[in-house]
Amino acid sequence: MLRYTIHRLLLMIPTLFGVAVLVFFMLRIVPGDVVEVKLRGDGGTVSQEVIDAERKRLGLDKPLIRQFGDYMYGLVTGDLGISMWTERPVTEEISLRLELSLQVAIMATIFAVLLAIPLGTTAALMRGTWVDYVVRVVTIGGLSIPSFWFGMLIMMALLYLWNWLPPITFTPIYVDPVANLTQLIWPAMAVGYRYCAVVARMIRSSLLEVLNEDYIRTARAKGVFEKLVISRHALRNALLPAITVIGIEFAFLIGGLVVTEQVFNLNGLGKLFVQSVSRSDFTLIQGMVMVLAVAYVFVNLVVDLLYAVFDPRIRYGT
Amino acid sequence: MSVVAAPTPAVRPRSAVMDFAAQQPLGAVSFVIILAMTVAGVFAEWVAPYDPLHIDFAAILQPPSWEHWSGTDAFGRDIFSRLIYGARTALVISLTSSFLGSTIGAVLGIASAYFGGKIDDWIQRVMDILLAFPIIVLALVVVAALKTAVVFGIDINLVVAIAIPIVPRVCRVVRAAALTIRVMPYVDAARAAGYSDSRIIFRHMAPNVVAPYLIMFTAFMAQAILLEASLSFLGLGVTEPTPAWGLMLSGNAADFYREAPWMILFPGIAISLAVFAFNLFGDSLRDYLDPRFKV
Repeated sequence: MLRYTIHRLLLMIPTLFGVAVLVFFMLRIVPGDVVEVKLRGDGGTVSQEVIDAERKRLGLDKPLIRQFGDYMYGLVTGDLGISMWTERPVTEEISLRLELSLQVAIMATIFAVLLAIPLGTTAALMRGTWVDYVVRVVTIGGLSIPSFWFGMLIMMALLYLWNWLPPITFTPIYVDPVANLTQLIWPAMAVGYRYCAVVARMIRSSLLEVLNEDYIRTARAKGVFEKLVISRHALRNALLPAITVIGIEFAFLIGGLVVTEQVFNLNGLGKLFVQSVSRSDFTLIQGMVMVLAVAYVFVNLVVDLLYAVFDPRIRYGT
Repeated sequence: MSVVAAPTPAVRPRSAVMDFAAQQPLGAVSFVIILAMTVAGVFAEWVAPYDPLHIDFAAILQPPSWEHWSGTDAFGRDIFSRLIYGARTALVISLTSSFLGSTIGAVLGIASAYFGGKIDDWIQRVMDILLAFPIIVLALVVVAALKTAVVFGIDINLVVAIAIPIVPRVCRVVRAAALTIRVMPYVDAARAAGYSDSRIIFRHMAPNVVAPYLIMFTAFMAQAILLEASLSFLGLGVTEPTPAWGLMLSGNAADFYREAPWMILFPGIAISLAVFAFNLFGDSLRDYLDPRFKV
């Protein structure tokens, strides 16, 4: 297991290297950079000398290979560079907002999993009845309704029902837990709906598959209570594929946050990402993509390792 | 899913369409929704009651009425007409991007399975890299990289941005399907006959992965519509004044939660309905074409 983990960790290096190379060169295929957005963005005319001077100051005039070398050297030493727009370190910009986005993501996961397990299980156990159909419609809705629009509906409902909108300024949970939770529960619900739908569908289909297995028939035949058959024998095995989905979707939750944070006016990673894209802030885009890619490959590894923990049949070879 | 009917003594062979509708009633319903959207989008000039770009300051923020079925927006533009034209925008962009992404993905997937070895390794490694990006993040990076290039009223780079995240996902699935075909005797026969690699890939293997290809293509139509709406909502997709559903929800729409909820309700319903229809149609197509296939 240890050897397998180390092997997997080593395998991450080429993937992450590939991500870094891809993003770096992709951003630079087409001319146009932060300097133009900054100085000519609002239609103003600025002389070429000023632009060139600014490029030089930001190091954008250096040959591409040099820039790439600097970037790679920075990555290896854990330095993501300096934002081309705000001119503050990229790591600082990211860490300022990480807390908020991570909290929303974790809350959304808890919300989604707590709701998905009963939804998926009841749908599977009552297959073909109206309950199953209701769950099916609700989950397909989760796959179809854009999370940002769902967020807008939530805001609208809060406004109509209680004449209340979540505050715009972020309160950390250790400052005022109530204010923090009442603010973040809504975006968590907005992005959690889709998540919940995906997990519930997975649980339903894998539970249906498991219920056909021989060991379920054996358990029933030897007179185990139906409740125990479901909870101990069936659900335990059905949750395995669900763990994969939970893991993969967690990484993708950050993607959902990109749009939803705009709706709730939250100053998180998603908003930062959209800002840096519209400002052509290359260093910040590169830094954020690297952080997301690292998170994604790690979550994947954790999922695979969890598999081995939950399912003793799986033994990762050396 | 619905209970599969016992094989009835066939009086005369049903057409594939009728067969599909009988087996997959929900699929048939979703197909009707898709068809209605397509007709509305293609014939928008005749379907829409107003010019979607016509600004009428005498009629701003009007609630839904007989004159304006879905009300008007802050510029007095008719929302229903904008929804109809928005269907055209959504369909054109999602159709081209989903087709582009699925086709490139499928070709790479078959090639990967056919050649195997080093080529397979390299293609899959590149796909792994692309898969390390959440869909919308990859699309946004492409948007940041390519800026905009409008050709025939479509932003080509937006299409590319939506197509690229689709490629690795289709490639994976098609490769898996093609691997089982790779070992079929007829592929060996074609190789023995000395056919070129491209001929074997396109003429012998491709026709046999049409089922997973079609399923993925439909499923990604839904994703593409969602993605286009999200990008436009962020102000990084379709730009004003082109009517697009995501764009209708962005900008100042959120200032009118109280005064004009219809500005937010109807475009969202349009997006959800379109995505819902393609999702459901994809699901039904999968059940119909290949019940064992899982996306």
